[in-house]
Amino acid sequence: MAQMTMIQAITDALRTELKNDENVLVFGEDVGNNGGVFRATEGLQKEFGEDRVFDTPLAESGIGGLAVGLSLEGFRPVPEIQFFGFVYEVMDSISGQLARMRFRSGGKYSAPVTIRSPFGGGVHTPEMHADSLEGLMAAQPGLKVVIPSSPYDAKGLLISSIRDNDPVIFLEHMKLYRSFRQEVPEEEYTIPLGKAEVKREGKDLTIIAYGAMVHESLKAAEELEKENYSVEVIDLRTIQPLDIETIIASVEKTGRVVVVQEAQKQAGIAANVVAEINERAILSLEAPVLRVFAPDTIFPFSQAETVWLPNAKDIIVTAKKVLTF
Amino acid sequence: MAAKNAKQVGPVEVLQAIEEKFEMLQILNEEGEIVNKEADPKLSDDELTELMSRMVYTRILDQRSISLNRQGRLGFYAPTAGQEASQLASHFALEKEDFILPGYRDVPQLIWHGLPLSQAFLFSRGHFMGNQIPEDVKVLPPQIIIGAQFIQAAGVALGMQKRGKKSVAITYTGDGGSSQGDFYEGINFAGAFRSPAIFIVQNNQYAISTPRELQTAAKTIAQKGIAAGIPSILVDGMDPLAVYVATRDARERAVNGEGPTLIETLCYRYGPHTMAGDDPTRYRTSDTDSEWEKKDPLVRFRAYLEAKGLWNEEKENEVIEKAKEEIKAAIKIADAAPKQKVTDLMEIMYDPNTEMPYNLKEQYELYKEKESK
Repeated sequence: MAQMTMIQAITDALRTELKNDENVLVFGEDVGNNGGVFRATEGLQKEFGEDRVFDTPLAESGIGGLAVGLSLEGFRPVPEIQFFGFVYEVMDSISGQLARMRFRSGGKYSAPVTIRSPFGGGVHTPEMHADSLEGLMAAQPGLKVVIPSSPYDAKGLLISSIRDNDPVIFLEHMKLYRSFRQEVPEEEYTIPLGKAEVKREGKDLTIIAYGAMVHESLKAAEELEKENYSVEVIDLRTIQPLDIETIIASVEKTGRVVVVQEAQKQAGIAANVVAEINERAILSLEAPVLRVFAPDTIFPFSQAETVWLPNAKDIIVTAKKVLTF
Repeated sequence: MAAKNAKQVGPVEVLQAIEEKFEMLQILNEEGEIVNKEADPKLSDDELTELMSRMVYTRILDQRSISLNRQGRLGFYAPTAGQEASQLASHFALEKEDFILPGYRDVPQLIWHGLPLSQAFLFSRGHFMGNQIPEDVKVLPPQIIIGAQFIQAAGVALGMQKRGKKSVAITYTGDGGSSQGDFYEGINFAGAFRSPAIFIVQNNQYAISTPRELQTAAKTIAQKGIAAGIPSILVDGMDPLAVYVATRDARERAVNGEGPTLIETLCYRYGPHTMAGDDPTRYRTSDTDSEWEKKDPLVRFRAYLEAKGLWNEEKENEVIEKAKEEIKAAIKIADAAPKQKVTDLMEIMYDPNTEMPYNLKEQYELYKEKESK
């Protein structure tokens, strides 16, 4: 097995599906010759040709519309939005068009499109690059939203996303692109959408997280372990739809929950997770479900990023409130 | 770019020079006389009568749709009278395998491309079965977001190109639509990829109430294609022959790998924007109305065909009767459509071969119960 970074695992997944299905097309700004600004599409144009992997003019709405049109001709487009902060330019194509293609055609057409896009704080980007906007997507019926936290998951989830017959928003946390390597099988494999993973088992507290916050949560769990708290960590992996079964089974076991997101309190999907828990397992709870989140400001200027972003310490503070309630 | 030695041409002169180039293509004048023999497409007698029949039929469909709407028997409806040449003569230049991406006023093109009339009525009534396009009819349901269809057309055209098809994607918007960013992104993407797309702007002078001159400083909408580097033409949109020729030529270039074309058709909608309360007397005068009515596509085409001995009152009445009968029959079919259920709609949210997401699955049970009562 090869050791891969998340970005390499993503390239590997794209290569796998470009090979498997001649209808898969990869396109976007600078994804061709340049291999993408993060090199996610490195070497793919050379391997599969300009017909399958190509640069587009610089216009996000156009890229989204292109994906809609290509899917009507039977293709399986995998466009890249260079940074997810640019999504506002393509909101109509995503929420107004792709998400409702199957519905508005009474089930006659579909839009098997996977939009890949980097997001996430901690890498000191300029404005509009790092924002956690997954909540916007998760609020749109018709879309599935996937956020991997590791190289292994990234490959399996991206292959599943591309094979899905409905539109998937696949968000890649920039900080995880090259932060660590992991063994990733060279052969193809899939990880089902809508399935969370228990990253660490425990019986006193459940921490539910996704994206980069999974790693902060694991760090927090290790620290808490030293104080004899047994902490379970769930990586949602798909935030829409949620894996309710895994969440509820864990809540019923531990009775105490913290939901962690990098997004602001008013954004993200933590509120939705809390509501689902309240509706389904309130009698299992020993304490209120608390959230860890970023403050409700605009994503900050990069010098304030480190303080602004939630981290393991914040998680520990909140976890202790829940554990000692 | 190499500097010119000749007399310096400033930005104002360049603009004037470009705008002067956009003369309106007209072949058949208001009296029904051929004024541009070279451009005459020389359609066969059968083709001429077929195109006339379609325009008459569609005018009747428009009248009946308006009255059905007033009786509460149709819902959303955007009147089409005045735009028959722009809509039907452009469609007349297409082949069955061409893909149409319509705006909401472009239902006639869908019908002549094969969409059953009953489905057009169901669309108007807000029933999802109206949008279930039959397998062999290459169209999308009408687009509501102005301009979105332009970038999608670039995508369909790129797809056709990749498949090596000899077909085109054709899309329609209005003068207002040409102000949208998606309008430019669509023509620019198709131009950059040299994709087989035809972009038609039916400039009917008003975007709901906003007059054409408030949309842009550009003298013509056609000239906007120049910025995208694609062939562009201004056409008399009340002249069926001119619209036909512009579309036919655009199609020919497209399937020959010469890329997209932008066509601006100058036309007019006699009726309101839609039947949902728009009152054109708030923004148009009856003088303007009657000026445009003199240019009517049916009037001039009728005169042309009658002079050729191809058309008479009897033929016209036959078409009118046929239209009325078919409309009646289609309404009957639409009336028989099953009552729309929320659970039906839940079933078309996601791939039916996969498990419903948990939230929808729970709500499905709830509504199944609710709808069984």
